[in-house]
Amino acid sequence: MKTFKIAVAAALLSLAAATAQAQTTLRIGLAEDPDILDPTLARTYVGRIVFASICDKLFDIDEHLAVVPQLALSHETSADGKAVTIKLRPNVTFQDGEKFDAEAAKYSLERHMTMTGSFRKPELAAVDHVEVVDPLTIKLVLKEPFAPLISQLTDRAGMMVSPKAAKAEGDKFGLHPVCAGPYKFVERVAQDRIVVEKYAGYWNAKNVFIDRIVYLPIVDATVRLASLKSGSLDLIERLLATDIKAVRADKNLVLASALELGYQSMNINVGNGDAAKTPLGQSAKVREALSLAIDRKALTQVVFNGEFVPGNQWISPEHPYYQKDFPVQGRDLAKAKELLKEAGVTGRLSVDFMVPSGAELHAVAEVIQAMAAEAGIDMKIRVTEFATSLKQAEAGQYQAYMLAWSGRTDPDGNLYSFYKCKAPLNYPGYCNPEVDKLLDQSRIPSDPAARKAIYAKITKILLTDDSILYLYHRRILIAHTAKLQGYKQMPDGLVRVVGLKFK
Amino acid sequence: MLKFIGKRLLQLIPTLFFVSVLIFSLQQLLPGDPALVMAGEERDPQVIEQIRKQYRLDQPLPLQYVYWVKGVFSGNLGESMRVKEPVLKLILEKLPVTMQLASMAIVIALTIGISAGVIAAVKKDTVWDYGANIFALWGLSTPNFWLGIMLIFLFSVQLGWLPASGYVRLKDNWEASLASTIMPAFVLGNAIAAVLMRHTRSAMLQVLESDYVRTARAKGLLERRIIVKHALRNALTPVITLGALEFGTLLSGAVLTEQIFTIPGFGKLIVDAVFNRDYAVVQGVVLVTATMFIVLNLLADVAYHLVNPRLRP
Amino acid sequence: MADTAQALPLTERMAVESPARRAWRRLLRRKGAVFGLCVLGVFVVFAVLAPLIAPYDPIVQSWSAVRKPPSFLHIFGTDDVGRDVFSRVVYGTRASLFAGVISVSIAVSVGVPLGLTAGYRGGLIDALVSRMTDAMLACPFIILAIALAAFLGPSLGNAMIAIGITTTPIFVRLTRGQAMQVKVEEYIEAARAVGNPRWRIALVHILPNIFPAILVQATLSIATAIIAEAALSFLGLGQQPPQPSWGSMLDSAQRFLTTAPWMAVWPGLAIFLSVLSFNLIGDGLRDALDPRSR
Repeated sequence: MKTFKIAVAAALLSLAAATAQAQTTLRIGLAEDPDILDPTLARTYVGRIVFASICDKLFDIDEHLAVVPQLALSHETSADGKAVTIKLRPNVTFQDGEKFDAEAAKYSLERHMTMTGSFRKPELAAVDHVEVVDPLTIKLVLKEPFAPLISQLTDRAGMMVSPKAAKAEGDKFGLHPVCAGPYKFVERVAQDRIVVEKYAGYWNAKNVFIDRIVYLPIVDATVRLASLKSGSLDLIERLLATDIKAVRADKNLVLASALELGYQSMNINVGNGDAAKTPLGQSAKVREALSLAIDRKALTQVVFNGEFVPGNQWISPEHPYYQKDFPVQGRDLAKAKELLKEAGVTGRLSVDFMVPSGAELHAVAEVIQAMAAEAGIDMKIRVTEFATSLKQAEAGQYQAYMLAWSGRTDPDGNLYSFYKCKAPLNYPGYCNPEVDKLLDQSRIPSDPAARKAIYAKITKILLTDDSILYLYHRRILIAHTAKLQGYKQMPDGLVRVVGLKFK
Repeated sequence: MLKFIGKRLLQLIPTLFFVSVLIFSLQQLLPGDPALVMAGEERDPQVIEQIRKQYRLDQPLPLQYVYWVKGVFSGNLGESMRVKEPVLKLILEKLPVTMQLASMAIVIALTIGISAGVIAAVKKDTVWDYGANIFALWGLSTPNFWLGIMLIFLFSVQLGWLPASGYVRLKDNWEASLASTIMPAFVLGNAIAAVLMRHTRSAMLQVLESDYVRTARAKGLLERRIIVKHALRNALTPVITLGALEFGTLLSGAVLTEQIFTIPGFGKLIVDAVFNRDYAVVQGVVLVTATMFIVLNLLADVAYHLVNPRLRP
Repeated sequence: MADTAQALPLTERMAVESPARRAWRRLLRRKGAVFGLCVLGVFVVFAVLAPLIAPYDPIVQSWSAVRKPPSFLHIFGTDDVGRDVFSRVVYGTRASLFAGVISVSIAVSVGVPLGLTAGYRGGLIDALVSRMTDAMLACPFIILAIALAAFLGPSLGNAMIAIGITTTPIFVRLTRGQAMQVKVEEYIEAARAVGNPRWRIALVHILPNIFPAILVQATLSIATAIIAEAALSFLGLGQQPPQPSWGSMLDSAQRFLTTAPWMAVWPGLAIFLSVLSFNLIGDGLRDALDPRSR
């Protein structure tokens, strides 16, 4: 009897040990393979998703887009707006054991600002230099007041890297990144997988339950969903809007969504080269006619089963900075035709319509074409491969161009580089000195109400000039297995891994 | 014989030269600026200029070509702009994957193709001939990306027997590895099976109607023995050499199939690199696969000449 | 008066029959080829008489009838913007058949003269052409096609040119091989001895003798060209929307495979049948034109 009891006890113990040792792995399906995993050199949207597990930032955002502490606890802007003091979280270590302190923070920020090839330079352009006030406080001294700065620090510009590892690897840091996030980098096989594993020394380790995460890039959305359904994946990003019904009908799957920070728009060439010298490019009335010919609600209904949200501004109608005085207009075919006549357009108007590759985008373009045709505007669709479309957009070789923007936390990120004269993302070639002045002004006040008032003035001008026609805002669509608990989707599209556990 | 091999090896050099020029100029002529593609959403003109300088994109084309060739001779195939890994490392990573896929595909192709071809030849002009023809042909006639998606739908989603995507390395778990590659291998092998079937059939027919088989029949040997021992062995030679050639084609990666099944082989590497204008990757991979293809061609030719005494130079 | 040819006994009748007629007769004896010809015939009718056969305009959208399954109104169902799939398949025949025939015509008109010159003349020209052909064949076909199509700009016409150019090496190699085989024949030597200039020999004596092999290859290449066009359109580099092509239809159908499979099934079937028929005809032609087969 005694031997029997011992045997049972031993069996139970080993079973317990086995289950305790059984590693939990979260398999996430990405829509593309990320580029280099270096916060200073990275530039893809998917890369940010992987960073969410490896590299913590100074600040993060919640679902209301409010700034919350992560590696930093608080921030304070001086009265003149030219100095921002940030208090850092104590007892934080990098994944290689190095201490995170003001020196490390200064190093990371300076790396973003000065390293060759850094894509964070424009984001931190307003910062003149960084001072260490004490081991847990830094001060950013700005060249001029810049309200969106804190929002920049909730993204890659605020990601902290281990100075020891960064100095040792230089620009090869991205091959083995060492940061201060919940998971540390294990291995990467290009186009195959990225494996990360729980970092025991994470400052919030008590809320990290899953041992390993494997990111698997699977380009085809149908195959991604099929993998989730068949159990090879636990979570997928960029679910197709037309697959939402299938996910909702499946008891084993859960849909998590949030309205995105970005938009889908049609850029009109109004000042970029010779292609701007058309009735569409020269007359705001013609552009308004085109906008009125499009039934945004029907568009989202036909192509996206009504899941996406019609829009007319660079931020969604649910965004706190949305100007309610300028609501989304419905279709008005009569007014469109009238405006065309007023603008002096006789006969049908032909428009060179450049559309980047992508089956969903083609469908959107075809619906727009059909709608515009009823108003007398013939959109000639020209499907252009992605790399070529970037070049042609920059060179102004188009009349209308479908452009999607992933969006930034601060509305300035959706506005400034698109409308300022000669700004890098200003493909339409729009240039209005008054708007330029207002844009610069909008970056100064830290009071949201004051900024919103300035934006009201900008919105009025931009919606009259109509150089960019906003069509709709997409939803961030994540599908995951019902066994995964604790997942909540934020509007920035990132897959946050703290707090997730398997049932 | 040696002179033959030597002559062919010498021909390798100008061919590879043309390959390098072809793929280099084609890529560079493609519209689109790799620096812009790399920059993506972050368009700072200064940073873009830096990237251009770093990868010598601002230099005249012939000079860039010379730099590249110089690098190739010293074993440096350049670096991927996108992930900053050396091209050689990427190639060595993907080669076993593509090898595995190509090998499985050719095995499937040989199995289906040869059996169908033998049946079609032995039962010539009957419904078996017709049926075997159609069976092998359907693989050639179906667009492989469509077939791939249909297979995923059936075997992964509906039946749950096979994984929908992803690749497991052979040394990690050989069963899972086979499961992850059987569908794409089938899609690829199907198409080649038809070609092999045709050749097996005509080769078999030639042999079956030859004098020495007639003699064997007259001697009273069993029909089956004749088919397997005499006819098949002789008919197989051209088919095997053809199989080697097709293997070479497979090595360059089945672009669409790998895309759909998410197999990280050469095909996927190349097509992504073309769309991302990651010049070094495309050039490096094409050079390597072209070399493998040409060498395989040469080996197949040599084997064919060795086995067929009539053709020995 | 009865037809003199028909009145002759069988053996003599066979002697006076033209080789073309004999080939045609033998072709019709192969069931596969006959099936292929019939299917192709149907597609040609689709292409030529599309406006009469298609019940709807292939471009007109109907936002209330999005992704409807096959019914009496729409026998193949509707697509993601409410267009009739059957009408689009019928009109798409034009793009696909056109793409196949035109691209192979380009390949033949460039490849055959090149191969003929290389094979017949030999020497440095042969070496140069052969090495360049080998180089093109060593590069992955789809990559060349994508690069060319992107370079020329996305359109059906440019896709045809891209496919044509990438198919050319096959014809160069084939023609060269055939020309080299034929040029050592006695009748060529005789023609030379009589004083015929080289170009005349090539055109009048060599070309007609290698024509059967080229015809067979052309038929088979049309089959691969149709699939190549589908692949390019699938990648967005071929037929521009809203014009239909079977490949671009498959591209839009891909994300609806589980919810609206009819969008993928019919264009896929069309590609399959057209490619199959060309393959069968090509096989039949090979058997029919081969002097050694019964």
